Amino acid sequence: MRKFLLTTAAILAAPIAALAAEKPAELKVGITTFLTGPASVFGVPARDAAEIIVEKLNAEGGIGGVPVALSFIDEGAGAEALTTEFRRQVEGGAHAMMGAISSGNCQTLAPLAEDLQVLNLMWDCGTQQIFEQNDYKYVFRTQANATPEMLATVLYLLKVKPDFKTIAVVNQDYAWGRDSWQIFSAALKALKPDVEVVGEFFPKFGAADFSTEISRLQAMQPDVILSTSWGGDLDTFIQQAAQRGLMNTSTFVIPLAESSLERLGSTLPAGHIVGARGDHYFLHPDRRDDADFQEFMAAFREKTGAHAIYPVFHMSQALAALKAAYEKAIAAKGGEWPEEDEVIAAFEGLTFQGLGREVTIREDNQGIEAQLLGMSVQSGDYPFATLENIMIFDGEALTTPVGQESVEWVSKLTPEYAASVKVDTYEK
Amino acid sequence: MNLTIFLLALFDGIAYAALVFSVAVGLTLIFGVMRILNVAHGSLYAVGAYLTATLTGYVLALGFAPLLAFPLMIVSAVLVGVLLGGPIEWLLLRRIYNKPEVLQLLVTFAVFMILEDVQRLVWGTQPYFQASALQALGMVKVFGVNYTVYQLILLPLLALTLLVGLRFFLRHTILGKLILATTEDREAAQSIGIDADKVFLVTFIVGAALAGLGGALASPTTSILPGMGADMIVLSFAVVATAGLGQIEGAAFTALLIGLGRSFAVYVWPETAVLVPYLIMLIVLLVRPEGLFGSPTARKI
Repeated sequence: MRKFLLTTAAILAAPIAALAAEKPAELKVGITTFLTGPASVFGVPARDAAEIIVEKLNAEGGIGGVPVALSFIDEGAGAEALTTEFRRQVEGGAHAMMGAISSGNCQTLAPLAEDLQVLNLMWDCGTQQIFEQNDYKYVFRTQANATPEMLATVLYLLKVKPDFKTIAVVNQDYAWGRDSWQIFSAALKALKPDVEVVGEFFPKFGAADFSTEISRLQAMQPDVILSTSWGGDLDTFIQQAAQRGLMNTSTFVIPLAESSLERLGSTLPAGHIVGARGDHYFLHPDRRDDADFQEFMAAFREKTGAHAIYPVFHMSQALAALKAAYEKAIAAKGGEWPEEDEVIAAFEGLTFQGLGREVTIREDNQGIEAQLLGMSVQSGDYPFATLENIMIFDGEALTTPVGQESVEWVSKLTPEYAASVKVDTYEK
Repeated sequence: MNLTIFLLALFDGIAYAALVFSVAVGLTLIFGVMRILNVAHGSLYAVGAYLTATLTGYVLALGFAPLLAFPLMIVSAVLVGVLLGGPIEWLLLRRIYNKPEVLQLLVTFAVFMILEDVQRLVWGTQPYFQASALQALGMVKVFGVNYTVYQLILLPLLALTLLVGLRFFLRHTILGKLILATTEDREAAQSIGIDADKVFLVTFIVGAALAGLGGALASPTTSILPGMGADMIVLSFAVVATAGLGQIEGAAFTALLIGLGRSFAVYVWPETAVLVPYLIMLIVLLVRPEGLFGSPTARKI
């Protein structure tokens, strides 16, 4: 009897011991994204994109033969619920996490991922502070951050409208609105010291009415009006400004407006500067003729009825990074499934390509991503504004050097710097 | 501050106040008559806006003139009042008039939460914008600043009409007098044969329709998106509480006070614009806890 039991135990234990050294049945990836709340304008398209990409990836054999299984966490439920669910998924065996959209959530999740020793790709959040204030082993960012985004916007503005004298800002009153203006204004002051800031407005997040601000801006008549707002706030501001003719007298600089183009329809007039938080545009001049790009855009449009916006690109980059890192680690191990540390190691200097240009992970875990800006135009090809006079700036020179603090760094830039940044120009 | 800036701030304040009043008036009417603070008012406002945008979009797609957006606002408001307001009073509120106030708050808050999710289910999370009504009326130029006729002229006129009309309805029509009598003393009213249940139902439908009308009127000026109701209920409550709960003329005055305070803040010290409505409320309630126009006994919550 005793022998029988031992044999049984040995037989049962054998496959378990063998499995531990082998590939998992599936690669579990937890993604935090906004499924509710105002930021769901980003979160929902990104989730849809993740599902499309992973479905195709799995149909082609997954990553190293292992299918990817996604599960989503709603960032709209609040930080408390987010961390609980994040922790639960990691303890439930998630192999990699992707969080988050909100910068505040990234600030919360980065140290948590480090504690839990789980790979976390910050797939969308913009705060430049994370890698400037701390070193992380498990946390990577697979796109740019606020600094290159704002700096590229300033450079584009100086290239297309070099003679402007006055600027006003209308940003949302929360961390992003304030931080982005801090970087933008510091860079502008360094690169074009003679510009005068004539008005600073920070209406509350989610404000439904900008009429008073618009009246005052009309009385001031600034040459340029900056707004880094997004979602419903940006739509409302642009609609109200356009209705009252403010967009005929001032040039708008709207670095997140790529994500509002389709919703704004014919409202957004020609001649305003539109950004996309990276080289993200459904008619990306380098990528629009590529088969994989076209195939994805068609699938996305079929699934959602809308054109892809920047969070979709960010999502594609994070998933491409995950795939590239695993494949690099597998290749380094001679085809065997890698340990977590080997995947982490593979991120060093990793280059990958989502729907935009290639992105490279720098030594401080920050991604180096190109920046695309353009001028709005109602060409008639689509029922909404598209972009012309597109410029794609090289990410390397725009990103704060490792070990430096962004605002300090941009404050020390000189007008000569502006000419040194590599840029490609496209008619449309 | 020169005269031009002063007048610009005045115009902006009046336009904003008109919109806030048209939402707050329904809230204060319901409270005045039924002694219920209807948190779901915010959702009814949002549904009114969504409904107007959808109906207008649909009708315009059929090729009708943009001016048709105006009657559709009324249609949406009536739909909100009858299809949502009616059942809410009849199925829920009727059961809790004699229960503690806190329960009333919880029930209307629950309705608010349910309706928020219903909006998400029906209209999704992407913002809507339907400005045909506003564009149809064009613009006026005042001191070199463009205003929309809709906001500068139509909304204040409508708010004024609403105020006068409601006053007339309550003081000079049979139904209005029945409502006033029930407000004064429910038991006495019932004892002389007034059907108080019916009066409450009608009041709530009218109040809900006014919320829907507020949303309908706001819809051409702003993005319609999840969460818009929550913002509006907070502001409306500030107006209603500052005025004194149940005070219709008071709500008009306070809306104007808050609208002007906010717009002057944007001109003078933009950082405080968000704070001003609540600062006004705080100061008023510190000095007069029953509100500017309220009488101490009218307070319930």
